[in-house]
Amino acid sequence: MALLDVKDLNVRFETPEGEIHAVNGVSFALEKGEALGIVGESGSGKSQLSFSILGLLAANGKASGSVEFEGREILNLSERELNKIRADRIAMVFQDPMTALNPYMRISDQMAEVLMLHKGLSKRDAVAEAAHMLDLVKIPDAKNRVRLFPHEFSGGMRQRVMIAMALLCKPDVLIADEPTTALDVTVQAQIMDLLGELRRELGMATVLITHDLGVVAGFCERAIVMYGGQVMEQSPVDPLFANPTHPYTRGLLGALPRLDAGNAMTPIRGNPPNMTGAPKGCPFCPRCDFAEEICAQDMPALTQFSEGRARACHRSIETIEEAAA
Amino acid sequence: MTTPLIEARDIRVTFDIRRASDLPWTEPPKLRAVNGVSFKLEQGKTLGIVGESGCGKSTLARALIRMLPAEGEVLWEGKTDLLTLSPRQMLKYRSDIQMIFQDPLASLDPRMTVGEIIAEPLRTHRPKMGRAARKEKVREMMEKVGLLPNQINRYPHEFSGGQCQRIGIARALVVEPKLLICDEPVSALDVSIQAQVIALLEDLRRDLGLTIIFIAHDLSVVRHVCDEVMVLYLGQMMEAGATEKLFTEPQHPYTQALLSAVPIPDPEVERNKTLIALEGDLPSPLNPPSGCPLRTRCPRASEICASKPPTEEVAGRQVFCHHPGPAAEVQAVLAES
Repeated sequence: MALLDVKDLNVRFETPEGEIHAVNGVSFALEKGEALGIVGESGSGKSQLSFSILGLLAANGKASGSVEFEGREILNLSERELNKIRADRIAMVFQDPMTALNPYMRISDQMAEVLMLHKGLSKRDAVAEAAHMLDLVKIPDAKNRVRLFPHEFSGGMRQRVMIAMALLCKPDVLIADEPTTALDVTVQAQIMDLLGELRRELGMATVLITHDLGVVAGFCERAIVMYGGQVMEQSPVDPLFANPTHPYTRGLLGALPRLDAGNAMTPIRGNPPNMTGAPKGCPFCPRCDFAEEICAQDMPALTQFSEGRARACHRSIETIEEAAA
Repeated sequence: MTTPLIEARDIRVTFDIRRASDLPWTEPPKLRAVNGVSFKLEQGKTLGIVGESGCGKSTLARALIRMLPAEGEVLWEGKTDLLTLSPRQMLKYRSDIQMIFQDPLASLDPRMTVGEIIAEPLRTHRPKMGRAARKEKVREMMEKVGLLPNQINRYPHEFSGGQCQRIGIARALVVEPKLLICDEPVSALDVSIQAQVIALLEDLRRDLGLTIIFIAHDLSVVRHVCDEVMVLYLGQMMEAGATEKLFTEPQHPYTQALLSAVPIPDPEVERNKTLIALEGDLPSPLNPPSGCPLRTRCPRASEICASKPPTEEVAGRQVFCHHPGPAAEVQAVLAES
């Protein structure tokens, strides 16, 4: 049984302009200890997908479908029940560490709070444990710095604090939502290294949500590519980067500048999709070079085509590869 | 040798940092945001300025066009020093140097239509131009950057990020500048849109013979776009030279650390690569290290680094380091191509 099993998840937002369909029928499973990447551009629904799992959607958002954690349905549980899972079993690291940490509280208090609530530790033990955790994420002089306020740390150090806080209860699943987007490359490399090390040490499954295919290549074992709220392709990372089978994945890899090669940086034409109203057809259809009449009418189902790999496209792999050759 | 279009000599930008607790008669601490940067840029070439946040790359660009007070010399076409001109004299050069900014939506006035936004530089710099001619010029420019002429009466919020950046580019190019300064023009955009904007800039550069200063933190983009690159750290130059050379055989430990940190979209390469880590955090720019600014974090630092700022080593390029040389870790990855 998968640790986390997401089936046909939908997220909708009621807005004055109409209903936004942010996530449409997404299914995936996360195994114990696995590193899964969810890749997509802005508006692909990747963040809302993760928020809905922990019940963190905005007030006008509604999630439907099923999310099973260790066989138990956790989607749309009551706050009370969710709070038992949050941080303790499934923890989250957010993109912007300055807005995610409370600026009025010392790091020690913020971190101790988690342990006192979930593990019933005394304040003194909780602070000691917090300092130990800061040490684990390689913050120098952790014993003294645990008493500081968030603004006294640099961006990279703040993100380390966030990670330490997420790991306090040794969760089974860590969801990292663009953990390095706000950071410089050298700091990003250190943080990703750290996350990889901790994942292996603590054996926790990690969902990495990002727009950066380079980060996915380095960190994940398997990846899901999303566009317009839907899964386009799902595959272990090696074949995904070597032989992408979906026109969108191919386009994305072709548009990416690479440091080690002089590729052409071929743009994908057109603009990102408008998510208002129920989707009709494949969301990538207006920008796709392989689109046919049927693509504008029906969303293709995500179909497995080889061991562990699935794609959602009406056109066959052969057609796409022939055209590229 | 031809005269460079723009030549900067020993540019310095210093900010007074006055805190609430300081007494009015005390000398405020000085923050040197840009510290002795020089470069030459020839007509039609693209210079990339790279570095991490806080290294002074945007400040340098703003100093060149006198949005900030600076010391040093900025020679335009080998004769005029832009930093000594009066504001009125400077106006003549302002239409020759235009800029595009990072946040495409924030850099456009939300209460002006696209047509008004693009026409504004014409009103300022070509006051004699007639209404009809101006409108014609705006339409022509919109077409050039891939906007539809019927969008002329729309407002910025009706456009996506990539389209807003196109509006910004049209506004900059409508007065036919010689030099375009791009401050992180694609960092706020998605990958697929980023490639569109880069392709547009390349086309325009070729068609209009533009000279470009391209500021970015994304080294992969810089490698694709620029002829020459300059790497900054704490307001000082670390390494500068031709792009291909600098990216395939970096000599400065900072350049090497930067390059080794860039993720490469290939699982095979990523798994096998070694990171050249810089120790610790960025030092405070208020109190930079003596000698070489990198020495507190540099794997090659020795005694001499603390006592003497490094002088440039010329090996076909400028390397500001006491111990320059290739690093095997980076070489292995870059040799993949």
